[in-house]
Amino acid sequence: MGIASTTSMTGIILTALWQTLYMVFWSTLLSVIIGFIPAIILTLTAPDGLRPIRPVYEILSFLVNVFRSFPFVILLVLVIPFTRLVVGKAIGTTASIVPLTLSAIPFIARIIETALRETDAGVIEAAKSFGASNWQILWRVYIKESIPRILNGIVLLIISLVGYSAMAGTVGGGGIGDIAIRFGYQQYRTDYLVVCSIILIIFVQLIQMIGNHLYKRLS
Amino acid sequence: MIEISSVRKSFRDVDVLKGISLTIEDHEIYGIVGQSGAGKSTLLRCINGLEPYDSGEITVDGALVNSRDKSALRGLQKRMGMIFQSFNLLERLDVYGNIALPMKFWGINTRSQESRDKIEELIRLVGLEDKAHMKPRQLSGGQKQRVAIARALVLDPQFLLCDEATSALDPEITKGILALLQKINREMGITVVVVTHQMEVVKQICGRVAFLYNGSVLSQGKPEEMFIKPAEKEIQSFLRDKSELLPRTGVNIQVFFVGEGSNEPVITQMARELGKDFSICWAKLEDFRENVYGSLVLNIDKADREQVCNFLSSKKVAWEVLT
Repeated sequence: MGIASTTSMTGIILTALWQTLYMVFWSTLLSVIIGFIPAIILTLTAPDGLRPIRPVYEILSFLVNVFRSFPFVILLVLVIPFTRLVVGKAIGTTASIVPLTLSAIPFIARIIETALRETDAGVIEAAKSFGASNWQILWRVYIKESIPRILNGIVLLIISLVGYSAMAGTVGGGGIGDIAIRFGYQQYRTDYLVVCSIILIIFVQLIQMIGNHLYKRLS
Repeated sequence: MIEISSVRKSFRDVDVLKGISLTIEDHEIYGIVGQSGAGKSTLLRCINGLEPYDSGEITVDGALVNSRDKSALRGLQKRMGMIFQSFNLLERLDVYGNIALPMKFWGINTRSQESRDKIEELIRLVGLEDKAHMKPRQLSGGQKQRVAIARALVLDPQFLLCDEATSALDPEITKGILALLQKINREMGITVVVVTHQMEVVKQICGRVAFLYNGSVLSQGKPEEMFIKPAEKEIQSFLRDKSELLPRTGVNIQVFFVGEGSNEPVITQMARELGKDFSICWAKLEDFRENVYGSLVLNIDKADREQVCNFLSSKKVAWEVLT
């Protein structure tokens, strides 16, 4: 493991920071891309959607709930065979992206769905009155009008993925949270605990600040 | 020309439209009036195809509005611009972007010189030259409705459908919007259909109106004829201006000044010729577009009733004894 090769505190922490960023970045990107699909299907088939199809909405909605209610640690173990299939191994930073992404998909799907469905019904009606097709309404009205809300949801997702990535240490994912647990907590190294906590606080603050700034600019 | 014949529609088991028939001629401003729940907005949405109707027929210049034939419906919707009570602008687009949006739905290149000229001309028409790059949240209600009007005109429609377009605006702003609608009607020859529950809208711009009550057309015609001396008690209660504080003694007679005879000094003539005393206990003047129409209520002695009635009958005024 990368952490074992360096012994200085700075080296250990920098490696861990890089691992956290790596895991959070890829699992955010992948889960947002994949999560958009159920979010759009839910929005379109919802009772107030452009193509209401009750059974599709109900079943998909139920599945999203089921996957959201899975405790992450359990999911981590359950998906090991799948992870091995995708990444080739079940342990390591890259491997931990798989369970992180899988747990994030239903979360972000629900968030994007909520953001899309908050679009003003009157605006959708106006678009219809000008002869817009359903796909035009989806893209030009639903998605474009919801971008600031979706962005807020992504900020929320990133922050919770930072938390989950700490648990990914269990499957050898490494990262700041993992260092905090193994060095800071298990080896009574208060200095590690403090530094790791400060880094996480700064990281979350930074993400939130960037998010708020973008929200203002985009809305 | 929009022809509506025997249109019926129900939501579940509630009949919203119960056989509506009316014709909207080209180049007029036609009002669809009535209280909330009368079915007027539903009717407008049926005309535009936003809502399907159960039976009957709506045709636009002979072409049937059929919400099942999507491509034909799109073609008709292009010819009917629509504005709404809540403006319904896209929050993230500026004034220019909102006006350009319907063009995008029709695959028209919004960056071409022709499109840009047209959008800028519409911005000038609605008087928002200095606000072209503002977002809707920076605009007042009246300005938002102006943007919506420009947006509704960008596809060169033949008709402009207005769904309670001024109901969310204060009276002064309403006047400005109505003047704009009138200008669009006169200068561009666009037929305007307004759905409203506001009498001032009818009075200021409508050439003809249909009064909807409970899903049916109760009365149709020129507003000055329909609203000065309404025979139907539903219209009377819609106007809600009959004073309940009329004197309880003597006889109350309401005199109407509509069309011919409204310029004759009937009341003073009556006082002089009959030598009777009476009091004027209620009066109202109303502007219907450029003309003034009015009515007043006289309170006379019971003994003078016949004489006064005979006098009024000999003059060109409408009147009735209030009971």
